[in-house]
Amino acid sequence: MFGFSLRPRKTAPKSAQTARDRLQILLAHERSSGSGPDCLPELQRDILAAIKRHMKIDTDAVDIRMDRGDELSSLEINIEFPASQPAR
Amino acid sequence: MTSQMKQEPPVQSKVIVITSGKGGVGKTTSAAAISAGLAQRGYKTVVIDFDVGLRNLDMIMGCERRVVFDFINVIQGDARLKQALIKDKRLENLSILPTSQTRDKDALTKEGVEKVLNELREEFDYIVCDSPAGIERGAQLAMYFADEAVVVTNPEVSSVRDSDRVLGLLSSKTARAENADAEPIKAQALLTRYDNQRIASGEMMTVDDVLEILAVPLLGVIPESTAILRASNTGTPVVLDEPSNASAAYADAVSRLIGEQVEMRMESDRRPSLFQRLFGRTA
Repeated sequence: MFGFSLRPRKTAPKSAQTARDRLQILLAHERSSGSGPDCLPELQRDILAAIKRHMKIDTDAVDIRMDRGDELSSLEINIEFPASQPAR
Repeated sequence: MTSQMKQEPPVQSKVIVITSGKGGVGKTTSAAAISAGLAQRGYKTVVIDFDVGLRNLDMIMGCERRVVFDFINVIQGDARLKQALIKDKRLENLSILPTSQTRDKDALTKEGVEKVLNELREEFDYIVCDSPAGIERGAQLAMYFADEAVVVTNPEVSSVRDSDRVLGLLSSKTARAENADAEPIKAQALLTRYDNQRIASGEMMTVDDVLEILAVPLLGVIPESTAILRASNTGTPVVLDEPSNASAAYADAVSRLIGEQVEMRMESDRRPSLFQRLFGRTA
């Protein structure tokens, strides 16, 4: 077949669909307990305490980032320590 | 100065509260559009969500998946400010400070808010505070430390009445009101959901009607527009979305906010008919 197809032309995704998808992902995360933002301060404290047992780090040198996705979420933790402070 | 992009850097950073009293008039939409507009012009801008427990600014700004720490975590010392600030992915000058979804407004304290704002003043030119609806604690703390206020109003009786109430609070229950030596808060009205067609037919109050009642200067008139819903669907501040009358109106409002003289445009979202376009505007 040349040129024509019975399928509707591909259009830019409608914004309402985007809104639906965003809400579904967000609400799935918010409804599940334990993944709320309030567990993160505790998580941060625990991670810091664990690392501090092994190396000297500054409490301020921790950077936590999160990206909640549809299939999976990622939690990124960056810890800086001074170059003069080799890990033991 | 470090940056040449800025047109006229404010001598001191400014705290601007976006408030209204009534809910649903467009505070968050306006806070997102105004902060993005300021950042677009090269000002370092942060927008803070004061609606504790009903966080929504993150959705309108499209960063809801990246919230780790929030305003309340910073106030309570559980996180540093730098950790809670989310950098906008579209504008490098723009940051978002989301609020907590799980606490309530009692978690906000005057001292805590002041401390965070002072810290933000060191880094940012403009600090935009998105107030919750109502006139309770959350709304009062959002306006308390403000230098300027944008009162978002719809041309509708209950919204105008609530705006008047809020203007009363701005001139009595704020830091600037309590300090006899300070200039009062500079409050301006932003009329949203303005519908030319309905005004022409006499169904809706005009800009002049509303301004006469409120007796404050006009920052801008935002026409009722399909662009607003589309922008919030996709998590894009209106001024960063496709050009529309609403985004042009917000851009004009931002210009006025930074002190430029811009003529007031009153266009509705409706496109001119073929006939009108062929024969030009004969208004």
